[in-house]
Amino acid sequence: MSLLTVKHLTKIYKEGRPAVNNVSFELKKGECLGLVGESGCGKSTLARCLLRMEPFDSGAIYFKEHAIEQLNERQLKPHRKNIQIVFQNPAAALNPKLKIKDSLIDPYDQYRKELHLSHFSYTSKEAFVKQLLEAVELPTDLGDRYPHEISGGQRQRVTIARAISIEPDLIILDEPTASLDVISQGAVLRLLTELRTTLRLSYLFISHDLAAVSQMSQRIMVMKAGKLIDQFSRSQLFAEERDPYTKELISIF
Amino acid sequence: MKSFSIRLPNMKKYHWQATFGFIFLAVVTAAVFYAFFYLRHDPTLTNLEGGLQGRSLQHPLGTDHLGRDVLTRLLLGGQQTIGSSLFALIAAVFIGIPFGLVSGYKRGIVDRVFMRIADGFLAFPDTIVAIVLAGLLGPGIGNLMLAIVMVKWVSYARLVRSTVLSEVQKDYVLVARINGLSAGTIMRKHLVPHIIGHVLVMASLDLGKIILLISAFSYIGLGAQPPTPEWGAMLNDSRPYFQSMPELMIYPGLAIVIVVLFTNMLGDYFRDQFDVKREVRQ
Repeated sequence: MSLLTVKHLTKIYKEGRPAVNNVSFELKKGECLGLVGESGCGKSTLARCLLRMEPFDSGAIYFKEHAIEQLNERQLKPHRKNIQIVFQNPAAALNPKLKIKDSLIDPYDQYRKELHLSHFSYTSKEAFVKQLLEAVELPTDLGDRYPHEISGGQRQRVTIARAISIEPDLIILDEPTASLDVISQGAVLRLLTELRTTLRLSYLFISHDLAAVSQMSQRIMVMKAGKLIDQFSRSQLFAEERDPYTKELISIF
Repeated sequence: MKSFSIRLPNMKKYHWQATFGFIFLAVVTAAVFYAFFYLRHDPTLTNLEGGLQGRSLQHPLGTDHLGRDVLTRLLLGGQQTIGSSLFALIAAVFIGIPFGLVSGYKRGIVDRVFMRIADGFLAFPDTIVAIVLAGLLGPGIGNLMLAIVMVKWVSYARLVRSTVLSEVQKDYVLVARINGLSAGTIMRKHLVPHIIGHVLVMASLDLGKIILLISAFSYIGLGAQPPTPEWGAMLNDSRPYFQSMPELMIYPGLAIVIVVLFTNMLGDYFRDQFDVKREVRQ
């Protein structure tokens, strides 16, 4: 079943070439779809458009077969709880003035009435935060600390915990390992893979790192200057018919 | 280093100015409140025969030219001066914060309208507004406070707006919006903790200035009206007796100087505590 379908999405910033140019793709439930491309090719803009955080010029977005591109904020709300995002820089994605537990509880607080959690269960805030921290393999006493008191890798785990806290269908991972050291990168990728299975999540994995993307994803899309120039399954990565740009990316990694 | 969402005073590094400031302001507040509950003398009761007396057991700081007890008037004057300054300051802060929050968060047309209003108020120096209001509505402490609020709220709105503008760009606000948090919740939960420090620093530094302003205007007769005791007004009352009884001017003058000095010390302390650079270092 198709979870997310994007048709001919185009986003043009004022007076310039399109940041996202006629992009179409389909993300199936349960899969991890990779999106690679160099910095500035429009990957993050695409992510923001999918989240309806950025207006776009034309195109259609279907989430679970509902067209969401025309909905206003109130109509979007039921869909919002099914899509979460993890950003590149966890230091910016966590409010430095709030304790970890207060940042973690935000999505749940917002949707508590309409949520039916299957993996986690809410009895009290403390217990819930503890479950979340356990799920991302963090010490359970971390909730009372501030973001600046923990390491970069731990911070990224916290933002992942926040994203999975309401058991969404789709998580957009916008370069989740770009600001981490190699060891943390590996650990975070492994954690994400495990969580996908246990929580039956789907990922749109955005990265400039083809190695990470090919490790995580079943299918890979290549973006260049706002256009999707290549789409293939992981097994086809080294196939002869790949686009020259893809081959260039492969040769780098 | 331990820190708090609204950071409390961190006394690890000994801050003698802060300690002094806190203790002194606590003493003044206690004295002013003591006077409120227990008055040995009526601050406005004149006794012409007992005027200009020196220090005595009955009148620890003597009496003024109308025979009123100076200590009583000094304490009640403190209530008037500090109380009205604080009230004006708090009113300005509580008008400025919501304006700044909404302006910085909504941006666009709301921001432009709010900021043009603010610019309009900012165009008038506080002394001019105070004089004009005194001319239009008559002199009095209430009108003086109104003038201060009218001028001061703008700087709080601008301060809050600039902080909010820089915070709103950050990913955590975007995440909160993706999670469907309402603008009000985002402002309350995510943005207010960022502005508290800045506002507290500015407010504590402003308090001294407002105290000076109120005293100055009372001194020239546009603030507290006789016979209400107020430090600036007391200074003015004692002017003719400067040669014969200089202490009548020294007491309220000293009171103003000391209170302003210590509020400034507190302000410096808060500024160090909430130093923006320190946040970056963290």
